[in-house]
Amino acid sequence: MTPWTFFLEHRAEILEATVTHLTLVIIAMAFAIAIGVPLGMFIVHRPALRNLALGLASIFQTIPSLALFGFLIPIPFIGGIGRRTAIVALVLYALLPILRNTYVGLTGIDPAVLEAAEAMGMTQSQILWRVRLPLARAVILAGIRTATIITIGVTTIAAAIGAGGLGTFIFRGVAMVSDAVILAGAIPAALLAIAADLLLGLLERRLKIT
Amino acid sequence: MHYDVRSRERGVSIEMNAKIAAEDAGPAIQFQDVTYGLDGRVPHTIVNNIRFSVASGQTLILLGRSGSGKTTLLKLINRLLVPTVGQVIVRGRLTTDWDPIRLRRGLGYVIQDAGLFPHFTVAENIALVPSLEKWDAARTTARVSELLSLVGLEPAQYCKRRPHELSGGQRQRVGVARALAADPPILLMDEPFGALDPVTRAELQREFSALARRLRKTIVFVTHDLREALLLASRIILLENGRIIADCSPQEFPRIDHPEVHAFTACLTPLPGALE
Repeated sequence: MTPWTFFLEHRAEILEATVTHLTLVIIAMAFAIAIGVPLGMFIVHRPALRNLALGLASIFQTIPSLALFGFLIPIPFIGGIGRRTAIVALVLYALLPILRNTYVGLTGIDPAVLEAAEAMGMTQSQILWRVRLPLARAVILAGIRTATIITIGVTTIAAAIGAGGLGTFIFRGVAMVSDAVILAGAIPAALLAIAADLLLGLLERRLKIT
Repeated sequence: MHYDVRSRERGVSIEMNAKIAAEDAGPAIQFQDVTYGLDGRVPHTIVNNIRFSVASGQTLILLGRSGSGKTTLLKLINRLLVPTVGQVIVRGRLTTDWDPIRLRRGLGYVIQDAGLFPHFTVAENIALVPSLEKWDAARTTARVSELLSLVGLEPAQYCKRRPHELSGGQRQRVGVARALAADPPILLMDEPFGALDPVTRAELQREFSALARRLRKTIVFVTHDLREALLLASRIILLENGRIIADCSPQEFPRIDHPEVHAFTACLTPLPGALE
């Protein structure tokens, strides 16, 4: 069985897995952005909280992904087998690049610009919304782009805890010792990652301010 | 390039200034034995026992080397810093009694790198304080073109540009226009022409000197360039290590017998034989 014939025979199944995969990624990214960006904005003027938040997010990032999925299973409410657990793990995983880039983007602004803003009589919240955020958006988007690519990869492992997606083929292929089956999961996942990278890269360039 | 203001606009400006002058009859700014130390601590002082007052309409130059405390004095005026000891009074009220936002909107501020917002157009940059003060669009647009003409930039040509499309001198012109936008009675300037090439700098200094005479605002201007100080000042305060060394008119300054004054005047003497 060549990879190509396997692909043709199972194309409906592969398409369905791709849709599931993409859905998991989109849901996880939506949560990660909804948590990471506001949290990044919140810690700009709170150094103690900043270290705690960035530290925690870094710790999640260092846990091997398979282990993180495993750790979450016994936890009540968020744990168990299936999609919900997978999404929680994916969010924790995607958080660091988004949080860090939001923070770095908001704080890495030309001090002369911030000094002028303050001296002109802008309030801290006006400075945040009208100066820091617009100037940081390309950096924030770069973080979202990194997180999206990581998440597309890590989602393949979510199949191990029954969340479905393209990882299903990879795990099945490993068990069957079949390259064809592994590739049926791996190639679409790689293509998704490349497509996401290109699209978000394009958007990032458009947001960049010279 | 020169300042091209139509007579109608000049009329408005002078009227507004007259009104402001009447409101603030006392000194525009007073320093009463001000000491400022890092982290609010007296042992690490940057400026010591500073006492002076600035009359309305005066152009006061704070002259000194880097680290002499001149920028610190400027930031004490708009409450970017608060005195450790003593008090600063702006327009009759302690800076600590002012709402900092209201205080700063009445103080134009120009800094060395202009500090223009890179994501705003020239017009949006100039309209910053008017937009914070919620001026209507027509009034804002009119004010922006008036100011662009005032600083020698053709409004139609420059309105839509972004700061990165301007030369250093043009950026600084926009910086001055932005500071003047809401017609604040007091202008604070921190080495505004310091980063420019010598030719552009001289050009802007000459133009600004003419502009300052016409606007009759109270100006506190920080510089380390004695030439600039003598050109613009109605009064010079020389600082050394956070203390006032001299407080005098530009005419008196060169005659003062103090090593730091000599050090500054020595910079004015041309190199022997250089321009013969």
